[in-house]
Amino acid sequence: MTARVGVVTFPGTLDDRDTQRAVRAAGAEAVPLWHRDKDLHQVDAVVLPGGFSYGDYLRAGAISRFSPVMETVIEQARAGMPVLGICNGFQVLTETHLLPGAMLRNNHLHFICRDQKLRVENATTAWTTDYAPGQEISIPLKNIDGRYVADERTLDMLEAEGRVAFRYVTDGPSGDGYGNPNGSLRDIAGITNEAGNVVGLMPHPEHAVEPLIGTGRTDGLGFFTSILKKLVNA
Amino acid sequence: MSLDTVKHAAGTPDAGQPWAELGLKEDEYARIREILGRRPTGAELAMYSVMWSEHCSYKSSKVHLKQFGEKAPENDALLVGIGENAGVVDVGQGYAVTFKVESHNHPSYIEPYQGAATGVGGIVRDILAMGARPVAVMDPLRFGAADHPDTKRVLPGVVAGIGGYGNCLGLPNIGGEVVFDPCYQGNPLVNALCVGVMKHEDIHLAKASGAGNKVILYGARTGGDGIGGVSVLASETFDDSKPTKRPAVQVGDPFQEKLLIECTLEIFREKLVAGIQDLGGAGLSCATSELASAGSGGMRVELDTVPLRDSSLSPEEILMSESQERMCAIVEPDKVDRFLEICEKWDVIATVIGEVTDGSRLEIFWHGEQIVDVPPRSVAHEGPTYHRPYARPDWQDALQADDAGKLPRPANAAELRAQVLQLVGSPNQASKAWITDQYDRFVQGNTVLAQPEDSGMVRIDEDTNLGVAVATDGNGRYAKLDPYAGAQLALAEAYRNVAATGARPLAISDCLNFGSPEDPAVMWQFAEATRGLADGCQTLGTPVTGGNVSLYNQTGDVAIHPTPVVAVLGVIDDVTRRTPVGFAEEGQLLYLLGDTREELGGSAWSQVVHDHLGGLPPQVDLERERLLAEILISASRDGMVDAAHDLSDGGLVQALVESCLHGGKGARVVVPDDLDPFVFLFSESAGRAVVAVPRSEELRFTDMCGARGLPVTRIGVVDGDELAVQGQFDIPLDELRTAHEATVPGLIA
Repeated sequence: MTARVGVVTFPGTLDDRDTQRAVRAAGAEAVPLWHRDKDLHQVDAVVLPGGFSYGDYLRAGAISRFSPVMETVIEQARAGMPVLGICNGFQVLTETHLLPGAMLRNNHLHFICRDQKLRVENATTAWTTDYAPGQEISIPLKNIDGRYVADERTLDMLEAEGRVAFRYVTDGPSGDGYGNPNGSLRDIAGITNEAGNVVGLMPHPEHAVEPLIGTGRTDGLGFFTSILKKLVNA
Repeated sequence: MSLDTVKHAAGTPDAGQPWAELGLKEDEYARIREILGRRPTGAELAMYSVMWSEHCSYKSSKVHLKQFGEKAPENDALLVGIGENAGVVDVGQGYAVTFKVESHNHPSYIEPYQGAATGVGGIVRDILAMGARPVAVMDPLRFGAADHPDTKRVLPGVVAGIGGYGNCLGLPNIGGEVVFDPCYQGNPLVNALCVGVMKHEDIHLAKASGAGNKVILYGARTGGDGIGGVSVLASETFDDSKPTKRPAVQVGDPFQEKLLIECTLEIFREKLVAGIQDLGGAGLSCATSELASAGSGGMRVELDTVPLRDSSLSPEEILMSESQERMCAIVEPDKVDRFLEICEKWDVIATVIGEVTDGSRLEIFWHGEQIVDVPPRSVAHEGPTYHRPYARPDWQDALQADDAGKLPRPANAAELRAQVLQLVGSPNQASKAWITDQYDRFVQGNTVLAQPEDSGMVRIDEDTNLGVAVATDGNGRYAKLDPYAGAQLALAEAYRNVAATGARPLAISDCLNFGSPEDPAVMWQFAEATRGLADGCQTLGTPVTGGNVSLYNQTGDVAIHPTPVVAVLGVIDDVTRRTPVGFAEEGQLLYLLGDTREELGGSAWSQVVHDHLGGLPPQVDLERERLLAEILISASRDGMVDAAHDLSDGGLVQALVESCLHGGKGARVVVPDDLDPFVFLFSESAGRAVVAVPRSEELRFTDMCGARGLPVTRIGVVDGDELAVQGQFDIPLDELRTAHEATVPGLIA
């Protein structure tokens, strides 16, 4: 058997087809989900992909959060279904409060697209078990509203509970993808919820699954193989 | 104001009309009256004024452009040629690719963000209208001096506009150019290119046939923005004494465009349209008249059904508005319901505004009263044709006599080293990563190569690895010295860039940016450049599939350098065989392909070190370019080279520095016995490339070059962490990197 991984398309979603390709590359079945449809079509996990849903109007993720499909996603996520939010998807997850904090405009105020070095801080979530704790990976980053912020108490709580899933690696030359690219507090690139089933991050693992394409690395494939193993072994 | 109906116009022949304010000339107005046999109504006058503008009618350029058709090479790959929204080329395996480069120069100077953003939006809709999914964009840009204060206003706005719009559409930005020169100070060039992919059977054309078929306008509501964009803005010279023309600039909404793309592709998949046209320059005037003109001829439109953003707009304004993100489709009556359903799914507003008739007139009504009754061809395809006078400018001889070869050269190795660093750190030769990192190059997950590679390359079939490559080039300095040769050098460079990545060049699109056609010197430059390009395309076997002419790029009496920008499209059967620019493997051998002559006219060195422009540009040898391309393509396909970089502005040393920095490996280079080190490093002779050859392939590679008659010189080896030119200098990569990468952020950020 294989796992069915849903990929949601909101109006303005851009990386839905890429994410479906990444899901298939890992050996799972990709199931397109439409924002107006509450029915999740018996998927075992959901990815909220990147893009500019609703043009990022009002605030990134603020409108998508109220779409019919999200009602079910929120309900199922609370019940333990694995959910991954990438970039705009991460923004949607913070808007739903499935994950704490928020994303502000990058500190340099520009869109930035580059290959980014990340450290895997938590390799026990539903989406990260195929990585080693502390492993450095390199995957594309591309956003303008990517600066992760939360109040000090929340940040301390995330640290204490091991819920910082990914951090930007700062000790290396920026030309090679090192450095905090947007002013995110405590260099946070991605976080998880308490149960470890909901993960959000700003960089794009789905763009790093084929040796030929993009940066030429496959460091992002682990997200999709992790979830496949978890679901198939469940 | 009362409505100026057809009936009213017929009864009031002497009423004064604002034809001059709308950009029409007196004889043009007289001709409209002659065509109609009466004075035009206000709405008709609005339509003719925008459609007969230089931008839409090509009235000054078309007598020259027709060479592209007359001299078109025999080419089986061309499926759709000049005249449609964009040309279409067969790339094999049942796929067709459409691409076009277009200008949005004037709006981008007045309002950099929106001007550049809507430039992307417009070209994307052109590609979409052909039936294709847009798969990549590129932006050839020209700005004033890098250290001029106004460049700091224009450049960040243009870059943010391209990024803000393109990123939001989900189109990878895979290449383009950024060039600084004082001649573009008051007239930046913002050209935009889009590539789209479809199956042969999905090609759509802009024509309205079949009486009774419905005319559906869908996309954004129509507003008051961009009124007269093509006429009063794009077709006149900037003049400080007049008010700014900001209201003539359109305002973009990329989210709406993204919905329009997905909605339109779904409509295509269900084969619901008989003809389709995007709304860009000249808005509804253009879409209705062109669709009707290319079809059976008759169309009836109820203009008051057009959804508006501003209910106070007059019919004339609605016809002229260039509001973005709109398309017009011709749909058979039994398919209208399904069409509207798909639009509803994507939250796209769609309205039946009229129908195709069996008549021969374009008739437009406003609340039941007729305000337009014209033969559509007279609006869309029978605009004026000008044979503008042209003459070789009297300063051309003096310019060409001012030979760059006489400029003082570096006197010793230390000066040579210093000039290398000065060159690679100069604004034009420096890294543009600060700019291109603001564009998404990864989205869609098919990007094989992106800037700073020689060409951008995307995979179009995941199973077979079929891909396409595109490069854009244009050197205004060369074209100023000799417009005929300059146009051919632009073609040759883009052609070489595509071949350097391993793709076979198939066809071109061009964006011809020039000054005022009313200046005989500019018209001569234009005539020479188009002749050069047409001849060049004939020799290389790459037809012109379409493009755009942008005239009036001047401030007062001073025109920009003639700047023909050429985009070459190539195909590669297996993208895993692509050749990158970076030197990645130590020990690989470096070969210089082609002949190096002492050619410094228009060179980057003459600009950077001496602020000089004079002499003659490099010689053009298109047969040599073709041979070089064949070698590069064969070497890529058969795995004989691991890196290749074309040589162009900045010469060999610029290429070596880029390949070293990009691959992260140094090079040890030896100056060939018969060459002066300075000429070896800085000459810009065309028809050359540098390649890195694995030792195991050396013999096979040099044998192939020898057998085919391409001069090939071993010049060194990939090695270490510095660029070392034996007997001259060593420069550590770190020092090169700092010089190359710090410049643009230092000037602009």
